[in-house]
Amino acid sequence: MVERRRYWRAFAYQALAIAAIVAALAYLAHNTAQNLQSRGIPSGFDFLLQAAGFDIGDSLVSFSAGEPYWQALLAGLANTLRVAGPAIVLTTLLGTALGLGRLSSNALLAGLCGAYVEVFRNIPLLLQLLAWYFVLTDLLPPFDEAWRLGGAATLSKSGLSLFGASLTPEFLAVLFGLVCYSAAYMAEIVRAGFGAVPRSQTEAAAALGMAGRDIQLQVVLPQALRLIMPAAANQFLSLTKNSSLAIAVGYPDLVSVANTALNQTGRALECVSLIMGVYLALSLATAIAMRVIERRLAWP
Amino acid sequence: MDLRFCLLPALLALLLSPPAEAGKTLDAVKARKELFCGVSTGLAGFSASDSRGNWQGLDVDICKAIAAAVVGDPSRVRWTPVNAQQRFASLQSGEIDLLSRNTTWTLTRDASLGLHFTGVVFYDGQGFMVAKKSKITAARQLANAEVCVQSGTTTEKNLSDYSRAQNLKLKPVVFESFEASLKAFFSGRCRAYTTDATSLATILQREVKNPGDYAILPELISKEPLGPVVRRGDDEWFAIVKWVVNALIEAEELGITQANVDAQKASGDPAVLRLLGVAEDLGKSLQLDRDWAYRAIKAVGNYGEIYERNLGSASPVKLARGANRLWSKGGLIYAPPLR
Ligand SMILES: N[C@@H](CCC(=O)N[C@@H](CS)C(=O)NCC(=O)O)C(=O)O
Repeated sequence: MVERRRYWRAFAYQALAIAAIVAALAYLAHNTAQNLQSRGIPSGFDFLLQAAGFDIGDSLVSFSAGEPYWQALLAGLANTLRVAGPAIVLTTLLGTALGLGRLSSNALLAGLCGAYVEVFRNIPLLLQLLAWYFVLTDLLPPFDEAWRLGGAATLSKSGLSLFGASLTPEFLAVLFGLVCYSAAYMAEIVRAGFGAVPRSQTEAAAALGMAGRDIQLQVVLPQALRLIMPAAANQFLSLTKNSSLAIAVGYPDLVSVANTALNQTGRALECVSLIMGVYLALSLATAIAMRVIERRLAWP
Repeated sequence: MDLRFCLLPALLALLLSPPAEAGKTLDAVKARKELFCGVSTGLAGFSASDSRGNWQGLDVDICKAIAAAVVGDPSRVRWTPVNAQQRFASLQSGEIDLLSRNTTWTLTRDASLGLHFTGVVFYDGQGFMVAKKSKITAARQLANAEVCVQSGTTTEKNLSDYSRAQNLKLKPVVFESFEASLKAFFSGRCRAYTTDATSLATILQREVKNPGDYAILPELISKEPLGPVVRRGDDEWFAIVKWVVNALIEAEELGITQANVDAQKASGDPAVLRLLGVAEDLGKSLQLDRDWAYRAIKAVGNYGEIYERNLGSASPVKLARGANRLWSKGGLIYAPPLR
């Protein structure tokens, strides 16, 4: 009986809280709509169906100016994912290598890895992106004097071209910038993860007669991973969000395309809320994916 | 630098602040004895600050003229540099009273941003610049070329329109900051750079060590009428900005200059006496005093002088006036009668 009453009371509180939030949001939306109207600023998402009228220079999915805004934004999102995906993989590899390097008994290696972390973590990402970009565009030869890297690959100011596919300097700058920056954080996460597994675990495993390699793989690694995963997930999320700095070096990611859409249509609120919505969705998706992986890794 | 930092506060202000009210801007400017003017982050000839932090340029002189007319002192201006993307939000949110920053008057901007263009102070058109060693001499040779461009401009869409109309398949490389877009072009990343043709000329003249290595292509691909912008809903302020600019044009028509404006107060021409507030008080209907136009001219000279000082014969770029001559000399610059 008491249990039941408690249950309903909790339910009522939650319903009230939700109603209050909905009311607050509705009030804000109403207020905003009125404000916009009184200023003669049209609003709404209808513009998404109109022809965009601008081109996207470098796009994973094919897009041309006659297609509607929603497709332009989708092409921007595809570009965001195209750079964030490989960046996450490379960050994991580089970060793990650096993190393990810092734990190495070789003082020189540990020192170098430590220096890397300090340098790349402390220079603002925006500066790193610009530095990568202008190093790339300054150093590389002009298009007609492209360097040949063996058979089908060429490298020039127009980017890296491989069997007809090409990666622009803008893409490469964002990729390198994100990887080098995030790997510094990743290295710390890995170091902390391994560092937190008590020495006694290794000693106990050795006492049981396990080989060094098996100890690392079967005893230390699983425990370290449990500590590393949540922090790494966070790092992947911030990497994805940091990719929104891409416009600084001319890479047409979601924010860059939405910027142009905003500018052409004047629908500032709509475009900004779209961007926020998409990043929120990406964050939730990453969080859920990491949860699933964590569950798999967990053991009773 | 990126959208998250500069646009959001402005948007919030837009949502929380009440709409512009008639007369509000004038009262605020008069009360603080200072005009808040939005200019570019640095485009020589239009608005750029020199090494000592003094702002100069055609758009800058417009702000000074308005400050002189309204608060009596051309130096009472607070300059707010805004990039292409930030400029409208900055005006909408009330951070600036006036946007005077090589901004093209288009239907969408005029009708859907809660803003009003007050007129045209400069007629321009969009052009391309290329490195001479590319041997490109006409825009149609740009097929498949990458073109560096700044976001938040009319330039971006004109480029796509032109590319489609001429079937050139141009690839825009879009930067948020002016500086980065230029740097990318001058490092050779793009075959061409595109923006308003007059801006191209001043960029080459003032920003580049070896301007002779670059050429501006002959094609103009758009109309870019540039003018000041104010918030909607404040008709008094709109009228003041519009008529101060007209007064500068009228002064050129009447032969009133910065140097002779005092002597002209004794002129026998009724139009001169009217403009300078000697015979009639035109200021009253603008809620200004009778010397408003006199002070504006005294501060920056007439329209022709402003042009020559910043872009014409008295400037480093030495551009001919072209379409920006007075209507009576075959140009497009025309002021309705000040009477
Ligand atoms: N007139 C065009 C282009 C104006 C524009 O922003 N041009 C750029 C390139 S010349 C500029 O002035 N940039 C300087 C800045 O962002 O501060 C427009 O109104 O959209």
